[in-house]
Amino acid sequence: MTNAVEQAYVKVIVFQLADKEYAIPVSYVRGIEKLMHITRVPKTPHYVKGVINLRGVVTPIIDLRARFGLPALENEETVRIIIIQLEDMEVGFIVDSANDVLDIESASIEQQPEVVGSSEEDFISGVAKLDKRLLILLHLDKVLNPLG
Amino acid sequence: MEVNQYLEMFIDESKEHLQACSEHLLELEKNPQDLAIVSEIFRSAHTLKGMSATMGFEDLADLTHKMENVLDAIRNEKISVTPEILDVVFESVDHLEEMVQDIASGGDGKRNVQATVEMLKRIESGEELTGTTAVPLAANEQAATSIVSAEWKLEYDDFEKTILHQSLEQGFNTYEISISLREDCLLKAARVFMVFEILEKNGDVIKSSPTVDKLEEEQFDSEFHVAFISKETADDLQKMLLKVSEVEKVEVLAIDPSVFREAKGEILPQEALPSEPETAEPVSEEKQAGGEPEKKPAANNAKSHAPAASKTIRVNIERLDVLMNLFEELVIDRGRLLSIAAEVNHGELSETVERMSRTMGDLQNIILTMRMVPVETVFNRFPKMVRQLSRDLNKKINLEIIGAETELDRTVIDEIGDPLVHLIRNSLDHGIESPEVRRQQGKPEEGTVQLRAYHSGNYVFIEIEDDGAGINRNKVLTKAIAKGIVSKEAASSLSNKQVNELIMAPGFSTADVISDISGRGVGLDVVKTTIESLGGNISIESTQDIGSTFSIQLPLTLSIISVMLVEIEKEIYAIPLSSIIETSIIRQSDILNAHNQKVIDFRGKVVPLIFLEEVFEVPRTKLDEDEFHSVVIVRKGDKMAGLVVDSFIGQQEIVLKSLGNYLTNIFAISGATILGNGKVALIVDCNALM
Repeated sequence: MTNAVEQAYVKVIVFQLADKEYAIPVSYVRGIEKLMHITRVPKTPHYVKGVINLRGVVTPIIDLRARFGLPALENEETVRIIIIQLEDMEVGFIVDSANDVLDIESASIEQQPEVVGSSEEDFISGVAKLDKRLLILLHLDKVLNPLG
Repeated sequence: MEVNQYLEMFIDESKEHLQACSEHLLELEKNPQDLAIVSEIFRSAHTLKGMSATMGFEDLADLTHKMENVLDAIRNEKISVTPEILDVVFESVDHLEEMVQDIASGGDGKRNVQATVEMLKRIESGEELTGTTAVPLAANEQAATSIVSAEWKLEYDDFEKTILHQSLEQGFNTYEISISLREDCLLKAARVFMVFEILEKNGDVIKSSPTVDKLEEEQFDSEFHVAFISKETADDLQKMLLKVSEVEKVEVLAIDPSVFREAKGEILPQEALPSEPETAEPVSEEKQAGGEPEKKPAANNAKSHAPAASKTIRVNIERLDVLMNLFEELVIDRGRLLSIAAEVNHGELSETVERMSRTMGDLQNIILTMRMVPVETVFNRFPKMVRQLSRDLNKKINLEIIGAETELDRTVIDEIGDPLVHLIRNSLDHGIESPEVRRQQGKPEEGTVQLRAYHSGNYVFIEIEDDGAGINRNKVLTKAIAKGIVSKEAASSLSNKQVNELIMAPGFSTADVISDISGRGVGLDVVKTTIESLGGNISIESTQDIGSTFSIQLPLTLSIISVMLVEIEKEIYAIPLSSIIETSIIRQSDILNAHNQKVIDFRGKVVPLIFLEEVFEVPRTKLDEDEFHSVVIVRKGDKMAGLVVDSFIGQQEIVLKSLGNYLTNIFAISGATILGNGKVALIVDCNALM
């Protein structure tokens, strides 16, 4: 019984990027950090901001705005770094703000309709409707791997 | 799978046991008469057999079993040790190692060992493999029986006799105790347990008859015997044991091991045995077979053989890394605390921070030394290798190992194995001459290769010295000229040291015949590169006909390195001190142009300049043409380059960290470190820049 309940819901972290809300399952999230000093690493893709010292571990940081081709943010007040662990990689995402932790019903997640357009959509694995909010679920593999 | 969680432990322990086997086999080869060594090998093999059977590695268990049979026969003096037998046993151990290796890398440990098994079987059945099978011993078995006095209820093998003898020498009393329980005793096993409890509190049980297992299963009538070493007197022991209820009679007899020494080599009469033949095995081994922890025999051995071994636990290296990381965090926080204490100028706070700093200094030392491993872990595979190689090469070679206890960081240990193998092979193949040549030169037939390790300053030195032919200057030069490594003109002006170093140049191999041992084209240059990539260096001393010494200097650890911190705009980079020659300030006007490359004249040498801000694409906020440039002169082998930076910050010890699995292969960056202010600084890979 408990299993069925667990499967019916996915706990996600909701974050803001420009005018949209995105979600990542908490199982991938290692923590949320305030913006700190980032050391630039030369000769890396433009969206790799550099590396931070995350409690003694050197962790690479990806600027999601840059990754999605969005303009850089002016006000950095609410900016957060969401630390993600995917397989053996630990990476931080820079987001405009971290908004919420929510349970969303698995049933309410719809597959992203195939739209070829801005590169943003390439990273989406699905969309969940929640009351009046629209949450975009990120495809982490694609965000981390360079697009072919 | 439940078994999986034990797999790692199994592999580790198997390797240890196999290592013990090899070591003891080598010892046995030197003293073929010492049956105590055979017992040691047998013990290791026996444990290994039990473990592998439990883990379901049938082939491994099977081969170990066959080997064990042979060892058992040797131990019971049914066959005597010959080089041929040892060869087969060595071969078995090699197979076993391969199997364990296979299991460790995820295989099933299967391997075709039919030939070896056949040999083992033949040895065991005493067939003409050896030519000198000790058949006469069987006759002895019947003959010499009268020496042993009838009152001894137990039979001892050589190993046990040795223990008894040594215990006596160390001031222990040795007893043979006979205990009779009452006929109507209901809980015999419980009484046995109580008796053993008393005995083990007061000393060590060497063996018992019937065996402990049988006693526990109540498979005896009412009487049993134990051999026992203790400081207590016979009277006291008797009194203590009689306190156990339902014990009817206790007889404590002091054993005089001289009786056994006289009888050494002779098999005691079978009739003296009250029960099963298994009693011939020491108690400790029965326990191991039962899958019980090994503590007891270890304790026994420690008491009677060597000084007690230090207590250790196994810790996963990752945990130590985590500990190190957390500690570094503390170091950074300490830095902050120190500056806060200085700011608020609070006496007590400053004092506390000061004391904390000292404690942390000690803590740092401990954490660093925890990651250290004795080089023994690398060295211990060499004796067997040398033995095998000297046979293949038909040379007589004695390997001496000195300073195996010298400790090095785990990260370095993992890397130096292969270069050392290469150097030793080289010494054996090219260094030591054949016995005939050595005799002609008035040297002892047996060549000596000495492997030494020792600490000096912040470095560990590993030296390989042989008393072989040394480096032949003319031969090396001829070869080097032929291979185009040096020009004829340059050759004559080279110093001996420079000539020696030629043998480590890429594409050099002096062996006239390309042998299987060394000289496969991948020469000493690979060794040199590997050692240099570890931040170390290698040098050669050699005198013709006297011998050569290869000396390797290695940093104590790879996780902490000395760097020069430099600044470019607002970014801080670390340049490893090991590649730096010196730093210098040059004028804009000193910079010359040669083939589109900016160069400087540095002490008479033309050194190309590399502007790090260009290589690393450092964003410049303002362009200022400075009259002076700060230059770090670095080298890679013979090549030099000048790295142009904005300013020098200073020298510092830093902790090397990787950039993680996401950012791999970043050009000219070998890693990162965390500075005192908590920021990350990147480490420049000078080798990639040149």
